Amino acid sequence: MTKVLEVNELKTHFFTRDGVVKAVDGVSFSLEKGEILGLVGESGSGKTVTGFSLLGLVDAPGQIVGGTIQLNGENLVGLPEKKLRAKRGKNIAMIFQDPIATLNPLLTIRTQMSLALEAHARMNKREIESRCIDVLTKVGIPDPAARLDSYPHEFSGGMRQRVAIAITLLHSPGVIVADEPTTALDVSIQAQILSEMRSLARETGTAMIWISHDLATVSSLATRLLVMYAGKVVEEGPTAQVLKNPRHPYTRGLIDSLPAMAKPGEPLTQISGTTPSLLSLPPGCPFAPRCDRASEVCVQDPTPETNADRMWRCHHPMQEEEAVR
Amino acid sequence: MLGFVIQRLLQAFLVMVAMSVIVFVGVYAIGNPIEIIIPPEATEEIRQAVIRKLGLDLPLWKQYFIFVTNLIQGDFGRSYIYNLPVLELIAGRLPATLELVLISIISATVIGVTLGVYAGYRPNSIISKAIMALSVLGFSVPSFWVGLILILTFAVNLGVLPAGGRGEVVTVLGMDWSFLTLDGLSHILLPALNLAFFKLAMMIRLARAGTREIMLTDTIKFARAAGISEGRILRRHLMKLISVPIITVFGLELGSTLAFAVVTETIFSWPGIGKLIIDSITVLDRPVMVAYLILTALLFVLINLTVDLVFAMIDPRIRAGAQ
Repeated sequence: MTKVLEVNELKTHFFTRDGVVKAVDGVSFSLEKGEILGLVGESGSGKTVTGFSLLGLVDAPGQIVGGTIQLNGENLVGLPEKKLRAKRGKNIAMIFQDPIATLNPLLTIRTQMSLALEAHARMNKREIESRCIDVLTKVGIPDPAARLDSYPHEFSGGMRQRVAIAITLLHSPGVIVADEPTTALDVSIQAQILSEMRSLARETGTAMIWISHDLATVSSLATRLLVMYAGKVVEEGPTAQVLKNPRHPYTRGLIDSLPAMAKPGEPLTQISGTTPSLLSLPPGCPFAPRCDRASEVCVQDPTPETNADRMWRCHHPMQEEEAVR
Repeated sequence: MLGFVIQRLLQAFLVMVAMSVIVFVGVYAIGNPIEIIIPPEATEEIRQAVIRKLGLDLPLWKQYFIFVTNLIQGDFGRSYIYNLPVLELIAGRLPATLELVLISIISATVIGVTLGVYAGYRPNSIISKAIMALSVLGFSVPSFWVGLILILTFAVNLGVLPAGGRGEVVTVLGMDWSFLTLDGLSHILLPALNLAFFKLAMMIRLARAGTREIMLTDTIKFARAAGISEGRILRRHLMKLISVPIITVFGLELGSTLAFAVVTETIFSWPGIGKLIIDSITVLDRPVMVAYLILTALLFVLINLTVDLVFAMIDPRIRAGAQ
């Protein structure tokens, strides 16, 4: 297996008037060809900023302040904007949550695809058209040649997201960052798109980082899971193992909050408290104030522990027998 | 699309009918022109003769009816003061206003949108702050004062530009135009600048607000994530997305400036249409006032119609809604 992406100790901080927000604070992971990695966490855990950091698209006042992002062996951190732009869309692409917001309502699909194609390739009209039809077919748009001159509002929500996905596929990038791309869609459409994305990854060898707060969706897709909390990866491992046997109490909490885990008629389980403000994180483990296992030792930073291909960052990790309720 | 146009034209017709009634009654209510037209020493006989000749002895509804009948035949009546057909009078003044207003509005829009997009794109740069300061100035400084300062600076102190008048004109299509001669252009520069200043400020604000809003949307992020260059993002995505409010304001400003450029025209003794209407109001020259106001209404109706059509061209969703 070849590693297409290797992220090491990535730190993206936002320098606001009220202080430094460490949105991403030492995130490491790697991605192999064709692999789908799930990145889960609550809102504000830093997963989206991680995604944008990979493309070098962090908005001011945010900035990557440390770490490396090796894309096909080349470090993207510190690369000049021009070189980064040459990689965006070509080697690493991104899909967003809401296709209504991502596609330009005033331009035809053809124009939007041409703009994306011409960003990295010199092509004539016929080549552009055949490439567009190619990718639109791949994502399951019926009669793509006829739909090229349609505007985004003429597509349904699911079709619109397929168009957006098709745009990211134009240059067959090695890595696609998908930031909650199915959250805004109907459940039935979600399932279709998920299965299509999986087969795309398998066929084209494109690796994916699937960012979501929805553990259920991610677990059906990703081979490995990365659980983020307050800018840090708190747990990592193969999806099946993490779900069956979570080591971090936060992961446990996420799994328990899944509606499917609750008995009918009983209240849904939730993680008590809310995500802490990144401006005033408690010392040590950021999850400690919400954690029922916390003790004095939790004011110190937990060091990551590893076991085979699992990693967790907790002073009081769950044991195997505990994890199964 | 055709249905949309027809529907709008019908609306426009109704607006025009309503406008003509309002204008006619309104102008009638302002005052009696007889007192101004006829010298006080005139005999009662002459007085009655003039009133009869102008049709002022008829009831209002009858006057209106005659006016509309003539209007349908393209006759707006004759000016009480100049004793010329009103249409001829207005047509003689229109080119002066037209060229002044078009030059100032188009340049204000082009320059204002460019500066505004820049200020919205780089909100924290010093240049952007200077642009915004300029726009605050444009908003808050009264137009007549700017005009006087322009004359004082460029015409009086520096002596590089003329203080008023149209300068040398060229006759094209039977109308006189200043902008086709160098001398005419030098005459048009200061009043155009004066007229453009406020609009420039407005366009800057509008373009800046639009740019700041659009640049934060996922549409732009998605385009960036596709590796599209910033220049193309600005030209192909942003310009289209911010264009709707800009075109709206452009249309409104075009109409109101054409109709009411009077302050600037007065300061720079520009023989335009704004000056004509102010003169006509002071002497209660009813036919000119009525014709002018009705033409202004027509102008607004036409501009709004055009703006709507341009919207439909830009935004496919409006097009779909209109069908």
